[in-house]
Amino acid sequence: MRSKTTRRLAMATSLGLAGVTLAACGSGGGSGGGEDVDEALSSVDVACEPYEEYGDLEGTSVSVYTSIVSPEDQAHIDAFIPFEDCTGVTVEYEGSRQFETQLPVRLESGNAPDMAYVPQPGLVERLVTDFPDSVFPVGEQAEANVDEYYNESWKGYGTVDGTYYAAPLGANAKSFVWYSPGAFEENGYEVPETWDDLMALSEQIASDHPDAKPWCAGIESGNATGWPATDWLEDMMLRTAGPDVYDQWVEHEIPFNDPQVVEALDMAGQVLKDENMVNGGLGGVESIATTPFGEAGLPILDGSCFLHRQASFYQANWPEGTNVAEDGDVFAFYLPGNDTETQPLLGGGEFTLMFADRPEVQALQAYLASPEWSNAKAKVSPPGWVSANSGLDPANLKSPIDQLAYELLTDEATTFRFDGSDLMPAAVGTGSFWTGMTNWITGEDTQSVLDSIENSWD
Amino acid sequence: MSQATTVPDVPGPAPTKSSGPRKLTKAEQRAVDAKTRLSSPWASVIAIVIAILWSVPTLGLFVTSFRPEIDIRTSGWWTFFRDPAVTWANYDAVLYGGSTNFIDVFVNTIVITLPAVIIPITLALLAAYAFAWLDFPGRNMLFVAVFALQIVPIQITMIPLLTQYNNWGIVGSFWPIWLSHTIFALPLAIFLLHNFMMDIPRSLIEAARVDGAGHVKIFFQVLLPLLVPAIAAFGIFQFLWVWNDLLVGLVFGSAQEVAPLTVRLADLTGTRGTAWHLLSAGAFVAMVVPVTVFLLLQRYFVRGLLAGGVKG
Repeated sequence: MRSKTTRRLAMATSLGLAGVTLAACGSGGGSGGGEDVDEALSSVDVACEPYEEYGDLEGTSVSVYTSIVSPEDQAHIDAFIPFEDCTGVTVEYEGSRQFETQLPVRLESGNAPDMAYVPQPGLVERLVTDFPDSVFPVGEQAEANVDEYYNESWKGYGTVDGTYYAAPLGANAKSFVWYSPGAFEENGYEVPETWDDLMALSEQIASDHPDAKPWCAGIESGNATGWPATDWLEDMMLRTAGPDVYDQWVEHEIPFNDPQVVEALDMAGQVLKDENMVNGGLGGVESIATTPFGEAGLPILDGSCFLHRQASFYQANWPEGTNVAEDGDVFAFYLPGNDTETQPLLGGGEFTLMFADRPEVQALQAYLASPEWSNAKAKVSPPGWVSANSGLDPANLKSPIDQLAYELLTDEATTFRFDGSDLMPAAVGTGSFWTGMTNWITGEDTQSVLDSIENSWD
Repeated sequence: MSQATTVPDVPGPAPTKSSGPRKLTKAEQRAVDAKTRLSSPWASVIAIVIAILWSVPTLGLFVTSFRPEIDIRTSGWWTFFRDPAVTWANYDAVLYGGSTNFIDVFVNTIVITLPAVIIPITLALLAAYAFAWLDFPGRNMLFVAVFALQIVPIQITMIPLLTQYNNWGIVGSFWPIWLSHTIFALPLAIFLLHNFMMDIPRSLIEAARVDGAGHVKIFFQVLLPLLVPAIAAFGIFQFLWVWNDLLVGLVFGSAQEVAPLTVRLADLTGTRGTAWHLLSAGAFVAMVVPVTVFLLLQRYFVRGLLAGGVKG
């Protein structure tokens, strides 16, 4: 009989355990955004006039599928609230890190979401080509918003074969160099304004601080390892060859291993492959390949590195309590152009693509391209979010780096170019380009890396 | 049941018994013999070394899950012992952080797992009975065909199945996940249970038939009690598989209302994969239930693997 008692006891224990777990879960979970959000949004103009043009949509719902997951998704969900309150539409948000593989599966099996946030124009093009019956062009209201509030280059990225399919959503600026304002002040360094100044500064740092290195970098990112190095090459292309050649290169009108690309990659090599320049606090040149990109800039905090080229969104990677400001612990300056006249800016962003053309879906797309959304989103977002909507009030952005990014994105003098690896075919842009750059870091020479990437582009 | 109390499950440290010396039963005698034969000092050393080697990574994971983010990112878990710093922040972020309510995905996983274990076992029991004890034309061919279905990789069935579920209009409910797990589990379940049933002597069934029992009575009153270990063993297999499954949950149940724990864990590292310091804590949260179930039902598990014959 003993075994029976034991089992009953075990059952009781397991139930008790489950009870404890459940109780623990219940006590604090699920409050989500809560009061902060209400407070942040109450300052948004809650007047529903801008929403009246969408018509009567009470009781309808729209499903949105994205690659943006917790914690960044909360701000997206919160930014729907004014739209939902004013139009009566319910927006069902679903984010997944497996978005890129799952979206084609869902389209293929007829289980498409109403709308997707697509982070690469290259993917938009692929979806439009592979599923011509499932995607719908941007609606009139949304297109009018894009025409009014966005730089026309953004419309180009969402256009496939002359039809306008994808409206812009968020944006990010990648041409930034992170540094420590304190360390700069201590050593009397100035923020450089041209590429030559930057290189001179790097050499100055190298000679002043034999224990440290001027630059730190890291390109490890799981199965996307290599992407930060592609950004380096793209930024260099914009500076050595200029935006027009950059476009030709991205469109494959000139070969991937064109001499101008070789020149640009060698320019990146002046930093990334020089033992005197890298890799501050992390090791030698090869350590770049094994350092997670999220941690590569951290040596700036302890002074073993001074400069780290990474996008505006890198601010989320600083440890809690780091003050990101022009007079704080870390800040970023614009990666300078060849001279002070030109201001090429590499960036990225997401686009909204519709898989249903019901009025409420069209209304949501129009809302997401409107200044109302950009401002609402800025108010509920933590630092690290910006859009290229010219109707966005920079005062709503949370951090000085976001304001700087926004300033650059909307500056007339800026030549904005979309991240090339997001525009190239997936086999190159998210394949051989990444692996090629990783091989380049670990010792392969410039010409043969570019040759092998060119050969993979058919 | 009385047997369970007298047979030590595994040769190992002898169960401490307060009762005085008494005559050993046959089974106990066997266990003692096995113990003397198996416990050479070398075997013990090797066993201990293997046990340590296998436990160290789990221990490292466990230690990591309590370390502060900055420590996880900058140093290995072994440095913890030199400079211990403990925080609940990781568990807090896993359980309460983010926009999905943790308790919802936890309940979802339970709601997914129970039917996804019960349905295939029920169906497989009936099918295995038919394959084992009913004579019908083409029985062997059909059995081989069912067995061969195990070879089909489940990945190639994803899109056709999802298309079908979509036509039926059940996408977004729990049904696609339950049905898919059932489909994928049946070949192995039928095969295993069929083999267990074949081990039961034909004479037992025939005796029941002579006594006037029909199929229903034979199934419930003769076979089922004997099959409990087999059912439990397969139940644990299926439970662990469904609980830990990501692929099926992701493809058929990615909608927020039905997404299981694993789908949420896969998203834990954040949009750009930078929050990987949460993974160790997430892993332990996801492990709690399977480990508990395994430990509680371990007896059945071992017995189910070894047994299969008739018990006295």
